[in-house]
Amino acid sequence: MSDATVAAATVERTAGGPLRRLSDYFYTHPRVFLGILLGPPLVWLGLIYIGSLFALLAQSFFHLDDFSGLIVYEPTLATYAELLAPANLDIIVRTVTMAALVTVAAAIIAFPIAYFAARYARGRWKAFFYLGVMLPLWSSYLVRVYAWKLILAKEGILTWLFAELHLGWLLDAILALPVIGGPSLSISYIGTFLVFLYIWLPFMILPVQASLERVPASLVEASADLGARPRQTFWAVILPLALPGIVAGSIFTFSLTLGDYIIPQIVGTSRLFIGQAVYAQQGTAGNIPLAAAFTVVPIVIMGIYLTIARKLGAFDAL
Amino acid sequence: MVAAVSFQNVSRHFGAVRAVDDISLTIAEGEFFAMLGPSGSGKTTCLRLIAGFDQPTSGHIEIFGETAEGVPPYRRNVNTVFQDYALFPHMRVLDNVAYGLRVKGVDKVERHRQAREALGLVKLGGMEMRRPAELSGGQRQRVALARALVNRPKVLLLDEPLGALDLKLREQMQVELKALQQQLGITFVFVTHDQGEALSMADRVAIFNEGKLVQVGAPRQIYENPHTRFVADFVGSSNLLDPEFSARYCGRRGWTSLRPENIRLGPRGIHTADGRRLDGRNPEGMITSVLYQGPVTRISVDVDGTTINVALPTSDVSVKAGEIVTLSWAPRALQKLEEA
Repeated sequence: MSDATVAAATVERTAGGPLRRLSDYFYTHPRVFLGILLGPPLVWLGLIYIGSLFALLAQSFFHLDDFSGLIVYEPTLATYAELLAPANLDIIVRTVTMAALVTVAAAIIAFPIAYFAARYARGRWKAFFYLGVMLPLWSSYLVRVYAWKLILAKEGILTWLFAELHLGWLLDAILALPVIGGPSLSISYIGTFLVFLYIWLPFMILPVQASLERVPASLVEASADLGARPRQTFWAVILPLALPGIVAGSIFTFSLTLGDYIIPQIVGTSRLFIGQAVYAQQGTAGNIPLAAAFTVVPIVIMGIYLTIARKLGAFDAL
Repeated sequence: MVAAVSFQNVSRHFGAVRAVDDISLTIAEGEFFAMLGPSGSGKTTCLRLIAGFDQPTSGHIEIFGETAEGVPPYRRNVNTVFQDYALFPHMRVLDNVAYGLRVKGVDKVERHRQAREALGLVKLGGMEMRRPAELSGGQRQRVALARALVNRPKVLLLDEPLGALDLKLREQMQVELKALQQQLGITFVFVTHDQGEALSMADRVAIFNEGKLVQVGAPRQIYENPHTRFVADFVGSSNLLDPEFSARYCGRRGWTSLRPENIRLGPRGIHTADGRRLDGRNPEGMITSVLYQGPVTRISVDVDGTTINVALPTSDVSVKAGEIVTLSWAPRALQKLEEA
């Protein structure tokens, strides 16, 4: 066999059909391939997603003429001034407080569950964990919220349970608390809080579990080996390494609570949250600029929150 | 003198698996003690029992005369260098090393001073402000060592600490670790599956197999007088001669171990290297392969269907595959093995 035929057999220059030539071309020009892959999603993200968001935000710099009820298309900060009116400021403070409390409570409840799943659960238990966390997400959000309304109602199972345990007085005492109490759990901030907490909890558990999963068991052992009691190990090793997960989870719980308009409408008092305000302003009131200004609030708050988290070193372990 | 560590009939079972099976051993203070065995032989479990990460199923462990069962790792004056180093990724090198002092409540100035001192000891001065991710494997290993030593442990446990390093670095660290141990006088318990490492560094070596302690002794003793087929084969390499071969060519009963480097080759018909004649006992065989390995050359000889491995200094080798040769050895090179 001559050298030429050997070369022809090892390096097969002439490829088969056009499809094969195309894949040869993409293989040798990976950047072209990347461009083709990324093009459509970038168009979607850039034009339709971000673009429409900016179109909405731009609306916040216009304002509604009180007399004619028409939008005046001239740049102004009047709408933002309106945002600071006591009634609107109330809505913002109420929503942010609720979002913060829900986030803190979700982190506290999620951590032990996530820790168990990451450190101890294996095989069947791990599957059970994922199923337990995800299953609620597969059923209708509305059904779950209405189910909670029934649970929390005055004639609901919780009231019954308290009565059976001869703890009816305790429930009454809780409901008698100023601000957070009310005629029944389903018509109080406590009720709204509980439902928010329930609905968003999976969004906290999963990122925390993922971050704990990446902490090698040997780090915990090393800490104990060096003389740290379990509590010291928790504060010095486990929590700092889980922090990126907690921050990721809190972004979900915080921003979802800031924007939700269905839960506070079904369970809770008649006082508005930001989401409801946006819904009312852009719908019945026809005040798109004010609705847009309201949507800017969560964005600004999240920006501030992430900046602080970054300053505190939440992302150092990433 | 009180033993640094003593095991009395210690077992650790995981369900049906006997990870550690009825082990008794004593490690003297100031000793460099190696635990050697294949993976799954129970050596790492023994180390974890000393560190306190695991508790024995039965038996009794004492560390410097004090009962260790039920005592958590953070109340044992024992520190560990982990196989994966287990450095805290969110802390700088200095804070990693100072961690043990920090959790004991030593003030910042003092713990940083001691941490710098420990880093100097392992030749890592100037790296204090780096993060573990910015260090090489060898540097991380030194940080792990400094982090353990800064606590002045009475026993230092090392779990395959050199396993992840490349050959040159590993040899260098072997020398340094040995020197450090002699300088500090701390009891070192070293787990490894690398027999060369165990033989070169340890004062005494314990050989583990399938959860049991097979033999304990000085490296030379282990190498020259292996008690069982497992030890003879695992520590170094050896020709394990079956009872039939032993009876025929060695005049011994039972299994016999013969190290490849103790065998000499001669031309057919001439029977010993030093000129003695052994009355036709010396085996003859055909060379099946000759492998050049730098300073030594490994030669396989087929004797009546048994392959005998011979290691000769390369400068002495003049044979080729296919030649018929006579094998000879001094009688003291033969080591009787207990277990069939």
